[in-house]
Amino acid sequence: MDSLAGGNSPLHRLDPRAKLITTLFFIVTVVSFGKYTVLAFIPFFIYPVYLISAGGLPAKFILKKVLLVSPFAILLGIFNPVIDRETMVHIGEICVSGGWISFVSIILRFILTVTAALLLVALSGFNAVCEALTKLRVPRPFVVQLLFFYRYLFVLAEESNRMERARKTRTFHRGAMGFRAFVSLIGHLLLRTLDRSERIYRAMCSRGFDGHIRVSTAIKSGIIDHSFVVVWSILFIFFRVYNIPVELGEFIMEVF
Amino acid sequence: MHMADALISPVVGLSMWVISAGSIAYCSKKVKEEADDRKVPLMGVLGAFIFAAQMINFSIPATGSSGHLGGGMILTILLGPFAAFLVMASVLTVQALFFGDGGLLALGCNIFNLGIFPCFLAYPFIYRKIAGNKLSKGRIITGSIIGATVALELGAFGVVLETVSSKISELPFDTFVLLMQPIHLAIGVVEGVVTAAVVMFVWNARPELLNAVSRYEPVGRINMRKVFVGLLIAAAITGGALSWFASSRPDGLEWAMFKTSGKEVLENNGGVHASLAAIQEKTAFLPGYGFKKEEREIGIETAARPSWPAAHQGTSTAGLVGGGLTLLLIVLAGLGLRRRAKTVK
Repeated sequence: MDSLAGGNSPLHRLDPRAKLITTLFFIVTVVSFGKYTVLAFIPFFIYPVYLISAGGLPAKFILKKVLLVSPFAILLGIFNPVIDRETMVHIGEICVSGGWISFVSIILRFILTVTAALLLVALSGFNAVCEALTKLRVPRPFVVQLLFFYRYLFVLAEESNRMERARKTRTFHRGAMGFRAFVSLIGHLLLRTLDRSERIYRAMCSRGFDGHIRVSTAIKSGIIDHSFVVVWSILFIFFRVYNIPVELGEFIMEVF
Repeated sequence: MHMADALISPVVGLSMWVISAGSIAYCSKKVKEEADDRKVPLMGVLGAFIFAAQMINFSIPATGSSGHLGGGMILTILLGPFAAFLVMASVLTVQALFFGDGGLLALGCNIFNLGIFPCFLAYPFIYRKIAGNKLSKGRIITGSIIGATVALELGAFGVVLETVSSKISELPFDTFVLLMQPIHLAIGVVEGVVTAAVVMFVWNARPELLNAVSRYEPVGRINMRKVFVGLLIAAAITGGALSWFASSRPDGLEWAMFKTSGKEVLENNGGVHASLAAIQEKTAFLPGYGFKKEEREIGIETAARPSWPAAHQGTSTAGLVGGGLTLLLIVLAGLGLRRRAKTVK
């Protein structure tokens, strides 16, 4: 994900604060629709589509990430068609129940909100998002915690992968491990982690750490960043107030 | 059991955000006051540890399923509640941003469900009470099993309350509770056992680590009254926000009805439709004039009987046509932008 943020499109160069605020506004607007909304969500796809195409991001990769986390929303949403069976819409001869409509609505919400969040990081990178958080007066200890956590995430994930691989090669890949082995593995991982943190602390001290972490905040925002927020927000409000697909459809139907 | 943006309403999401943000600010202040330099890298690395440990599964005997470490309780035992809460919040934030697990608006809910319960309820009132100041094997095991189970049950109940009060999912309260609580009782017990076992492992290997932690937080350091006041404020915010919405919008469905049908009636008198009618009168090939009349009828009809405002063939066809067209426009715009982005490069 972070390697995507290394891109160099105008969107990448945008103030991360602008992207953060716009993303939040987007999500709140999308979520504020009633539960049977389906058509009104369609115009909102312009935002992720715009970010992906103008930012030159791999659409397939993002889509895969979205699918990966979809089970929970689908699991809870799938009860809607079962419980709410009253017919709501006729499309030709087919009757569609309210439950299916709200289910589709949940799926659309899900896709929109998750892609928006993923695109925020893909276009800014985690460090820039943290910078934006500092600028937006999120408490320093929390931002420092986010940065530290993120930095060591991959180190420890790699370490736990190594441990698991080592176990597998010694057990001839015989399925999942038992409880005792698991506890000992996790326990050792924890001990290593604690030792690592002690080493990091000493390294920090020897480099002059005095209890304060200084997060660089070199971000500037200009007219482009402001207008990014304003234009998109107005557009979202417009989409929220007017049901574009229905209006457009009615217009077309009336014309012909 | 991460809440997803798709399942919550803005009121629920935002009020949980307020509560979680307040807790983060409070804990940040507390951690700063502790002024323990060592904790800065320790918190970060332990967060990463939780994340890495969740990737390792073990098989639960006789069930065919597998379990892993959840994290909230063990963090609290190792770090104390304030630092552990910040770690938990950071883990959830990264999960929301990078993996889309949960979501940004639901982040408040998730931090509340998975952070507040273990750190500020299960740890001070269950684990510390049972484990006490003088650590012993039996006490640590009982304390972490009960603590982790209760924390997870409360978290699952939080998910239920947030989902039901958002009214996006159709699941009724009682069904959902009966679905969630037993499953999470099982998960909670497993997590409790794992937590206890890992804590015991550390205690056997390096007892000084746990003793050092238990010195950080003498019992009674967490003010019971403060916790209750905090919870009361949380309840007031959620309750207030929810009831305010509940009074003006009796029901998500009815509200949606009113909103859409009300708008249609408005549009009939509005400028858009007037001009549309003018165009239409000139260009109508199909006898489409009845369209508007029907729409007005639908508006009245839906106000009286709750069904989808588009419960009419004409309107839903128009909706499909319009929806398809909008989608097409977006795809074209995306392709155009992509081509431009490439030529610029």
